[in-house]
Amino acid sequence: MTYMADVTALARKDLQVELRARDTLPAMLLFVLSTLVVFRFALPADTEDEAAYGLLWVAIVFTALLGLTRAWVPEQEHGVLDGLVLAPCDRSAIWLGKTIATLTFLLAAQVVALPAFAIFFAPLDATAIVGVLLADIGICVVGSLLAAMAAASRARELLLPLLVLPLSIPLVIGGVGSAISAEGERFLLFLVLYDAVFAVLSWASFEYVVTE
Amino acid sequence: MIRARDVEKRFGRRPVLRGVSFELERGGLLVVTGPNGSGKTTLMRLVAGLAAPYRGTLEVEVDRSRIGFLSHEPLVYRELSAVENLDLFGRLYRVPERRERIGMLLERFGLWEARTERVATYSRGMTQRLALCRTFLHEPDLLVLDEPFSALDEAGAALLDRELEELRSERTMIVTTHDPARLERYAGTRLALA
Repeated sequence: MTYMADVTALARKDLQVELRARDTLPAMLLFVLSTLVVFRFALPADTEDEAAYGLLWVAIVFTALLGLTRAWVPEQEHGVLDGLVLAPCDRSAIWLGKTIATLTFLLAAQVVALPAFAIFFAPLDATAIVGVLLADIGICVVGSLLAAMAAASRARELLLPLLVLPLSIPLVIGGVGSAISAEGERFLLFLVLYDAVFAVLSWASFEYVVTE
Repeated sequence: MIRARDVEKRFGRRPVLRGVSFELERGGLLVVTGPNGSGKTTLMRLVAGLAAPYRGTLEVEVDRSRIGFLSHEPLVYRELSAVENLDLFGRLYRVPERRERIGMLLERFGLWEARTERVATYSRGMTQRLALCRTFLHEPDLLVLDEPFSALDEAGAALLDRELEELRSERTMIVTTHDPARLERYAGTRLALA
C-alpha cells in the first residue's frame, strides 16, 4: 500500500507540473497531428492501408520520443532527482510514477492521433487499438528507464533516440502486425510479453541507473 | 557514526578527493573547509549516499531516511509551490502530522506568505529557505549541509543560526563553509580539504 501511495504521489506530481508548465503535452499533440497531416499529403491517393498503418507507427514512436526527452527535465532542474533518490521510498517507485505520467501524456496524444488517422487514412479496428495501447505501455516502460539514463549525459537529446529506437522495433512489429495481420491476437500476445519482460527489467534496474 | 578512511573519488581519471579520513561520533559537528574545487560538495554527496567512493572506506551508520541533505541545488520542483513540494517530500519521508510540521517550518523560515506561489517565482534566498525547510522536514539525525548560508540575507542567516543552535546538541552535522568563523561558536572538528 505504501509503495502504491508513493507511486501515486509521484505520478500526480508529474501531472501537476505539466498542468502548470505545459511544456510536454501541447508539443506532443501538435507534433502527432502535424506529422499525420504531412503524411496525408506526402502519400499518393491510392496508397494501400498497410502502408498507412506503418506511418501511424512512425508518428507514434516519434511522439513518444518527444515526451520521453522531456520526461526527466523537471527533476534535472534544481537537482530534484537527488532529493527523490535520498527519500526512503523504494527507488523503483520513482520510475513507475514517471512511467505512469509519461503514459498518460502519450495516451492523451493518441486520443487526438487515432481519430485523425481514421479520418485521413483508414479506420482502426479493436485489435489495432489494443495493439496501440500495449505498445504505448511498452515504450513508456522502457523509455522512462532509458530517459533517466540519458538524462545523466550531456548529449541526452542525441543519446535517447539511439537507445529507444532499437528497443521499439519489436513494438512497431507487434503494433503493425496487430493492425494488418489476420492473426492479430498473436501479435497482441507478443506485445503483452514484451511489456511484462521489460517492465520487470526496468523496475529491477532503475536503482542502479540513478545512483553513482 | 561516520568513519572515513583514505577516501578517494574520481570523475573519469581526474581525482576530486584524495586520502580523506575522519571520524564523527553521534552528536558531533564536522566543519569542512577548502577552496573551490577541493571536493567539499563531492564529500557531502558521498556521506549522503548519492555517490560511492572510488577507493577507501566510508561507513555511515545512519539509515537513508534519517539523513537531511542540503545541496547547492535546492532539490525542489520549480513548478510546484512550497507547500506542494514539502507535502510531496513529507509523504515520501512518512512525516507524521505532516501538515502541522510543514506549516511550522514555513512560518519559522518566513515563507508562510509565499507558501502557495510557484518556486519558479522565488528569489534565490527564498529558494534556499525552502531548501532548508525540506532538509529539516523529517527531523533527520544526520544533517549534511553544503554551504547552508549561501544566498541567505542577514535575516535568513540569523534564522538558520537559531535553527542550528537548537539542533546542535541533539543532531550530528557535517557542514561545508567558506566562512568557518560563522560556525566557530559551536565546538566541532575541522577538516580542511586542499
